[in-house]
Amino acid sequence: MELRKDYFADQRKDDLHEIGQPRPRSDSPGHVTGKTAYFADRNFPGMLHLKMVRSPHHHARISSIDISEAEKYPGVVKVLTAKDVPHNVYTILILIQIGPEDETVLADGKVRWKGEAVVAVLAETERAAQEAAAKVKVDYEVLPAVFDMEEALKPGAPIVNEYHGQNYYLYDSGECRKVRFGDVEAGFAGADHILEQTYQSSPIEHAPTETTGCIVAPEGNDRFTCYTNTQAMFFTLDNASIILQMPGNKLHFVGGTVGGGFGGKVDVIVEPIAILGAKLTGRPVSFIYSRAEEMQISSPRAAEKVVIKDGVMKDGRIVARKVTGYTDAGAYSRHSPYGAQKGAGHYPGPYTIPNVWIDTYCVYTNRTPSSAMRGFGVTIGDFALEVQMDKLARLIGMDPLEFRFINAYRDGDMKAHRQPTEGAALIECMQEASRAANWPVAEKFMAMSSYAKGA
Amino acid sequence: MAKVPVQFTLNGAEKAEFIDSGTTLLHALRDKIGDTSPKGGCHQGTCGACSVIIDGELRLSCLTLAETCNGAAITTTSGLSKGGVLHPLQRAFLDAFATQCGFCTPGMIMAAKVLLDQTPNPSRDEVVEALSGNICRCTGYEPIIQAVLTAARSNSQNAA
Amino acid sequence: MALALQTFSTVKDANAALKSAGTRYLGGGTLVLRAANEGDVSVSSLIRATEPSLSAITVSGSDVRIGASVTMAAIARHPDLAPLAHAARAVGGPAIRNMATVGGNLFAPAPYGDFTVALLALDATVSIDGGEMPIETFLAERESNHAIVTAVGFTLQVDGGFRFLKVSRVKPKGVSVLSIAAMLEQAPDGTVSSARIGLGCMADRPMRAKAAEKALLGRKLTSSGIAPALAAAGDGSAPITDPIASAWYRNEVLPVHLGRLLLA
Repeated sequence: MELRKDYFADQRKDDLHEIGQPRPRSDSPGHVTGKTAYFADRNFPGMLHLKMVRSPHHHARISSIDISEAEKYPGVVKVLTAKDVPHNVYTILILIQIGPEDETVLADGKVRWKGEAVVAVLAETERAAQEAAAKVKVDYEVLPAVFDMEEALKPGAPIVNEYHGQNYYLYDSGECRKVRFGDVEAGFAGADHILEQTYQSSPIEHAPTETTGCIVAPEGNDRFTCYTNTQAMFFTLDNASIILQMPGNKLHFVGGTVGGGFGGKVDVIVEPIAILGAKLTGRPVSFIYSRAEEMQISSPRAAEKVVIKDGVMKDGRIVARKVTGYTDAGAYSRHSPYGAQKGAGHYPGPYTIPNVWIDTYCVYTNRTPSSAMRGFGVTIGDFALEVQMDKLARLIGMDPLEFRFINAYRDGDMKAHRQPTEGAALIECMQEASRAANWPVAEKFMAMSSYAKGA
Repeated sequence: MAKVPVQFTLNGAEKAEFIDSGTTLLHALRDKIGDTSPKGGCHQGTCGACSVIIDGELRLSCLTLAETCNGAAITTTSGLSKGGVLHPLQRAFLDAFATQCGFCTPGMIMAAKVLLDQTPNPSRDEVVEALSGNICRCTGYEPIIQAVLTAARSNSQNAA
Repeated sequence: MALALQTFSTVKDANAALKSAGTRYLGGGTLVLRAANEGDVSVSSLIRATEPSLSAITVSGSDVRIGASVTMAAIARHPDLAPLAHAARAVGGPAIRNMATVGGNLFAPAPYGDFTVALLALDATVSIDGGEMPIETFLAERESNHAIVTAVGFTLQVDGGFRFLKVSRVKPKGVSVLSIAAMLEQAPDGTVSSARIGLGCMADRPMRAKAAEKALLGRKLTSSGIAPALAAAGDGSAPITDPIASAWYRNEVLPVHLGRLLLA
């Protein structure tokens, strides 16, 4: 690895002893010897196995749930429904005041996506739990479902989530997150060319090798230890505390070792119900997603749709950008209102554009709830933006890399959301990329600096 | 539930247990015997995290019933280091940064061990083929391939 | 009912046990245990037979007989079965090939069952319950079969004629977009005198491409010679749609890949 210390050399002391040096990972010896303890590597005597009865429908009213046969099934210790959950309606971001609570731990009266948890069965063996789960009878009245964001936003579309009352997240700014900077229509009017393009993506599953799960052990003093592979330890503890209406000091969370997460393990899904099961039975409880559950039930990256309209001058300057972004939250919020908001901040890209208009919508549909995944809210946006940049460069007959130099933000530039740019390094990165990829650009671009315009 | 006896050697040590008939080798190793180095990633034969070596052959312990392993010699990754000294494959995985979350690592090392036992100086393509039943979601595979090639080289140097 | 295994030393005794409800034969475990692990509770009793003939490969001249318990790895490394090694290696990764059996492959639902595609092109016979039946008949009725498959038999010319192609998005190990096997005989002038083509993923189980086979007869293996066969490649097919590919896509690419196999 080569560390280029000549960039921004005046901004730091050259006393880096660790950066740029290979150092053994502290966890590797455990990994290569098989000694690293993942949550599922614990085994407790008398441990129960939790299996979930899930909705076979995308959208349906539950007319009745009959658990009597399942409760009597050999090996079954407890069967849980919505009424067993102390605070059944929750939303994870309530911890940072992003409401309303809109999701059920176990479905109550309605299911809003195919695979939604309805009844939890706890049994002596996985097999007994699976067999008993098949004995749970749920009667559904199937409702019209909506899977497309634009369909969901049309008047008269089936309402996915009554806790919101409409099929979009209501921000304090209204039906979408908004960025308004300069006069975008005037910018378009003065542009040499206009290019409007639409970009779309499908949901993406993280597919970690270790599936989502936890093992909960009662400590015998009303305290519960939860071994979990969550990526969001205290988020999970605090949400479990709310859902279970238990003070946080009754919950001891042990984690930190995750067999692949990529953002897919930041939702609070398995822990509260497993802790509840342990509390109501007094027994250790294991709730581990099967591979099929991991692929179909755990939150994916949201499907997105991005409409970008740019006004560009023949000399390469982008003078106006209007973006409408749609994030498919699926049936529940989870982290998606935040993802859509991140998009709003991100859509101008790392470019200085004088006139910007951005609307980003967080839309509810009857699809699997989406949530965090590596740069959610910006990754798909970056794909769209950079494809758009290439198309713009082609439109005006300019080298795509030089086109980016012309528009790159530099220290002191005002961003569309009114944060002045500091610590920019895009120019320097592109200069290195130009050399590394043997993609030469004009000397004037190689002489540029992020420090200040005209430098 | 009918218990059945199983008896095999695990990393050279005799093991005998009474287990429920129908128990997979993965569960028997992890939950009865306490060797948690094989991991359950998919239980479908797709990810390879549960790979073990049975009588010299790479097998998936999640799709093998323990009671069919009577008399077998089973090797797992937890049995590779001897007296605190890492096996060359373990050393190479460590040095090449071939682990990240580590969940696939024990299975990868099993697949690599069978390869090197049968083909001490494999080509890169042979390494890729040998690891093709093991899924890693973190590393992008390249450091793992390099680790196996490095271990093969260090083996042949030691032998020389 | 918990899952339990019963082991019998003879096929006869195992067949008798298989007549009970909730039983299924355990071969290599890659289908049956996979289903049980994923929550299929329809099977509670697994039956297996350890009769040595089930694990035997017999080659006399061009006549081949492979016991149902023979694994893909055993086929791939058998010197007399070299023309089939490629097809055997198309199944799973190394560990799966050490477990998956010929008998099990006959029951594998699409997109699995690549080796059965090869057996179809070889016009194999399936030995079952003391009798034999053509593989096509067996495949058509396999759900109603409740006796143990003991072996498959076929004729294999060592000097060629057999071709196999598996198309997958991930290499070297990936699930099939489709697989194609062809057994061709050519007259001295190069024209095709006999053709059998097996297709995987073009229906819920491996199938023969009979229209394409017919269209190949009397034709040379050139672009123009095989054009009618390619045009008829998908006749009678009903491809599966799964996470790997849609039925539409499989239909579109089948002639492309069949063409590559025939011109190879």
